[in-house]
Amino acid sequence: MRARQPSDVELGRRAFRRRQGVRSVIISIVSTIVFAIVVWITLVNTPGWARVQKSFFDPVVFVEAIPRVAQGFLVNLRVLLYSAVGVLVFSLVLASLRTLRGAIFFPIRAFVAGYTDLFRGMPLIIVLYLVGFGIPGLRITDQRIPAEVLGTIALILTYSAYVSEVWRAGIEAVHPSQTLAARSLGLGHGTTLRLVVLPQALRKVTPALMNDFVSMQKDVGLISVLGAVDAVRSAQIEQSASANFTPYVVAGLFFILLALPMIRLTDWYSARLRGREQIGSIL
Amino acid sequence: MTRSVLRRAAFAVGAATLAVGLAACSTTPEPASSESAASSEPTYITEGKFTVATGEPAYFPYVIDDAPESGDGFESAVAYAVAEKLGFAADDVVWVRTGFDEAIQPGPKSFDVNLQQFSITDERKQTVDFSSPYYSTPQAIITTGDSPVADATSIADLKDALIGAQTGTTSFTAIENVIQPSAAAQAFNTNDDAVLALTSGQIDALVVDLPTAFYLTGVEIDGGVLIGQLPAVDGVSDDWGLVLDKDSSLTASVTDAVDALREDGTLDEIASTWLGADAGAPVLE
Repeated sequence: MRARQPSDVELGRRAFRRRQGVRSVIISIVSTIVFAIVVWITLVNTPGWARVQKSFFDPVVFVEAIPRVAQGFLVNLRVLLYSAVGVLVFSLVLASLRTLRGAIFFPIRAFVAGYTDLFRGMPLIIVLYLVGFGIPGLRITDQRIPAEVLGTIALILTYSAYVSEVWRAGIEAVHPSQTLAARSLGLGHGTTLRLVVLPQALRKVTPALMNDFVSMQKDVGLISVLGAVDAVRSAQIEQSASANFTPYVVAGLFFILLALPMIRLTDWYSARLRGREQIGSIL
Repeated sequence: MTRSVLRRAAFAVGAATLAVGLAACSTTPEPASSESAASSEPTYITEGKFTVATGEPAYFPYVIDDAPESGDGFESAVAYAVAEKLGFAADDVVWVRTGFDEAIQPGPKSFDVNLQQFSITDERKQTVDFSSPYYSTPQAIITTGDSPVADATSIADLKDALIGAQTGTTSFTAIENVIQPSAAAQAFNTNDDAVLALTSGQIDALVVDLPTAFYLTGVEIDGGVLIGQLPAVDGVSDDWGLVLDKDSSLTASVTDAVDALREDGTLDEIASTWLGADAGAPVLE
């Protein structure tokens, strides 16, 4: 049988929609260019722009600052990677412990609740000082623990508290009928968690988790109080050497470049989830 | 698009452009005075008072007991001597506090002069004015008794050590320019943090200026060891000067005051009272 050919009216409709689409794109491009030009002219004619440009956007200092800031940024990346993995594992453990039912597990639940209260309340910088300077002071081992490792530990301790609460919200959002159904199939608590609850909870809280990850990317900069020279500290060193604030702009750009893919991924994934769970496919 | 939609869109764009244009026109012009050369008439932040700034907290032996008003302490005494030369009574000296870094940033200042062991460097001269030097001191490197570099006798012995200093100081640049260790220099927000890291074993050694080194090893750190002083290198000046606002009207008069104090021996007297006789330390080569 011959495939159905669209009618002339339908072809006309499609051509119209295509033309409208092209027209919209052209209009948006022109409008953006005009807007950019207007903003640029306004900025450049502002009195003091020359000074701001020299102080924050000096091209020579920009280029000079890049090597040192890039090297510091590698420290940030390393700490971020290890912290992210550590936080994921530790927070899952904490959240799972908190789901244990029964009076006999009360001390564990109370401990986890206390842990999250404590570390969500304490500012990260205090935890950094306590862990970064206090733990080496205990002289537990003769080997020196690098400042990066101590910073990672502090980050894991603090962020696990936040992320375990996110997990807990996700776990509690899974409908109780799922747990009951799993029970009726004979699955134990741990198996239920692993096979039924956590996969669903993960889907619910992925946007929040990604959000926390993006936020952690910036907090990694705080480990510079322990002496480790990261991107922010490198920018500061360059800034005191050149008396110019452009290195901070360089460091900021590095952080934004790191965060952008994650942010876009979060947006895309949230949109996909929304489409899947709501009516995204119709409109 | 219908005509009414087009009209509304055009109105919106026009309104936006108008708003932006108005904003551009209405920004106040820059005050002319900031562009002109420094006025010849000395103007003080508070008329009739000499506003001196120092650190928060101010350290021994530069200020005793964090109370600069008493006149006790090397920099406190220098400040009062300069005030006297400028014609101020001791009662007319007002003390304020600033951080180390914020004092040498570009921008308006809350003080007439600032004394905080600032070394005179060309980079800093771009953003602030300095008086002539009131003291000269080399950088020194200190450690604790159980550190692996406690027995170091030369710069080569320090190459493998993890060395720290306060960020933004000439001590920090001294590590990178003079010692050039294989591990990157560690930067700390304050000397207090750096000393904390040293005593907990996080860094092997700490670079500070010589009087501070004497104080730390003698008083603050148990079993502190002064390894030695670093040789001076071009670009890392050891001279301390009073910091003034860029193109300040007071720079000339304060410089003259410091020069006069140096010539009549007052500065040497103050130094020997508060910083002790120059016991010196072995120079590391």
